[in-house]
Amino acid sequence: MRRVWDNPLVRRLMASMAIAVVVAVVTGPPGSSEKPSAGLSGSFAEKSSFFGLFQTRRFVVFVAFALLFWGAWSLWLAWGEMVKFRSTKLLRRPRAVTERRSIRWSAAIVLIVIGFLLPTFVHDPFWQTVMVEQIAIYVLLALGLNVVVGFAGLLDLGFVAFYAIGAYATAWVTGALPTPAPFGGPINPFFAIPIAIVMVMLAGIILGAPTLRLRGDYLAIVTLGFGEIIAIFANNLYGITGGATGTNQIPHFSIHLGPVKYLWGLAPVPYYYLALGFVVLFLVVFSLLEHSRVGRAWTAIREDEVAAESIGINPLKYKVMAFSIGAASSGFAGVMTAAQTNFVSPTSFGLLFSINILVLVIFGGMGSIKGVLIGAIAIQTMSMYLIHTPPAGYQPPDLYIYLGALLVVMMIFRPAGLFPSRRRKREIGLAEAGEGHMDEVLTGDVP
Amino acid sequence: MLQVKDAVVRYGAITALHGISFEVQQGEIVTLLGANGAGKTTTLRMLSGLHAPSGGQILFEGQDVTLTKAHQFSALGISHVPEGRRIFPQMTVEENLEMGAFVRSGGFGDDIEKMYSIFPILKDRRKQMGANLSGGEQQMLAIARALMARPRLLLLDEPSMGLAPMIVETIFKIIGDIRAEGTTVFLVEQNAAQALRLADRGYVMENGRIVFTDTAKNLLHDERVRAVYLGESVEGS
Repeated sequence: MRRVWDNPLVRRLMASMAIAVVVAVVTGPPGSSEKPSAGLSGSFAEKSSFFGLFQTRRFVVFVAFALLFWGAWSLWLAWGEMVKFRSTKLLRRPRAVTERRSIRWSAAIVLIVIGFLLPTFVHDPFWQTVMVEQIAIYVLLALGLNVVVGFAGLLDLGFVAFYAIGAYATAWVTGALPTPAPFGGPINPFFAIPIAIVMVMLAGIILGAPTLRLRGDYLAIVTLGFGEIIAIFANNLYGITGGATGTNQIPHFSIHLGPVKYLWGLAPVPYYYLALGFVVLFLVVFSLLEHSRVGRAWTAIREDEVAAESIGINPLKYKVMAFSIGAASSGFAGVMTAAQTNFVSPTSFGLLFSINILVLVIFGGMGSIKGVLIGAIAIQTMSMYLIHTPPAGYQPPDLYIYLGALLVVMMIFRPAGLFPSRRRKREIGLAEAGEGHMDEVLTGDVP
Repeated sequence: MLQVKDAVVRYGAITALHGISFEVQQGEIVTLLGANGAGKTTTLRMLSGLHAPSGGQILFEGQDVTLTKAHQFSALGISHVPEGRRIFPQMTVEENLEMGAFVRSGGFGDDIEKMYSIFPILKDRRKQMGANLSGGEQQMLAIARALMARPRLLLLDEPSMGLAPMIVETIFKIIGDIRAEGTTVFLVEQNAAQALRLADRGYVMENGRIVFTDTAKNLLHDERVRAVYLGESVEGS
């Protein structure tokens, strides 16, 4: 018995099976007070479709998943290094081509054109709404968090605070809150965009200046606290924010400039174009920043803070800058959400939201704008697909189980993310070789 | 050039430096000797702004820099080569050098070429990652990076630590050359024999106090120094 257990193949098989059992139970039907065991038995015995091929019981599907996972895992351990080595060699030439400036620019332009034409292919109102509310907004948030986590190496678990501030700022200046609107009366949310962006950048400085003196784990905890504080403020300051019910009085965007009049209404497509414009804007600004003097200072701080200080970089200043700049895109995301749904309430801004954005960044590849963009689009599309065409027995909270499983698999096969930035990949490689720890890579606190 | 007057440094309840005073003149190499725990590294941490003194005064070219922050020193003309080298591991040699000129405005291509002529090995390694350099190469890179800011005073913390004797020889020779080019050097070293052969003057620390000072030549022949730091038994003492 002992011999069998010592065989790593067997151990991995057992582990895969155990994961499958847990996932089957957690995603299965709930029990009831009359039949408490129904949750357990139903999880395995309930009818289910085997990848849409034929009808079977749930346990068959999960055993199949476990075997697939086990096979992939074992194959990767046996052949992964060789595959990586061979593919690196094989891809050297194609990579050299894709790294040419002209090729990269044309690829970017093609992508923008595709983005521009996308609504003409997607007619389903569900997907049109998803493109705005679930993809564009999350891409903006992930790009902003990437500046903080990926570029400056600061683990921020309260990033949702900036999104909330952006949304509430919009509600405030458009006169939707119990507090009277500033600037002599309600204004159009279109003009709330610059105001909200300035406000969240200021909020980044105000939240950043005291907290960013901390490092690593301490910073993560404090940012988590700040994120919660903002949500609790929104909930409890009834007379100012509208309390737990929030407000649903925020008007849509509109333009009245002389002869030009346009009103964004309920249709998602006009919002999509607005969001696309800002996504492109932030993409350009953030990529320019990455290679600027500021970006190099962030890299230096992430790699060795003491050394960065010794060559004259003020770590606090650049960290606060990262907070503030990263907040800008999420501030805009806040305006978008507020104006499109006409609604804000504190329940939208919980910890889970911050974690969700962090998952997008880690999945795509911290520090890599391209990776974060693709990661955010991929994950959000997958999650929405599960909602649009749910598999048998799927319930919305199950999403997090699948996302969690996806992250575990990612950490085994591609710990630096789907499309990692080269430098980050090497940093994680160093950590795996025993120089520094993984969490230090994440928090940028490499000694 | 640099004057330290009665500087006191405390770590919580522990006093690490009990009011030390010393000075460095323009163009000198001054070395600070002492056993482990004597307060050498604390002194350098204080000089580079990483740990503020709780008493006393530090003057650099007549300007009070007692409470100046670590990141402001390099613009003032003091570069610190920290203990343990601390180069940027995931930047190439060249990127490390470029970062060294962070506080300077304008071009620095000539400076990089100059560093390559002082440290030819770095030129061969220019596209390699800092992490992949040997200890000696990393130390050279750390010194070169500090020089990129064109300092008037260079603070070196244990440049010989963990390096083979031949490499130490090379590095000390280069430190001599750097001084010959006009940069003043303040050197903290455990390798007392090497340091004293290179330096003009030396200070000897014990338990957070400077116990005596003299020219390097005299210290090299001083019985107390020989007994404690040069590992030679002195008859009759």
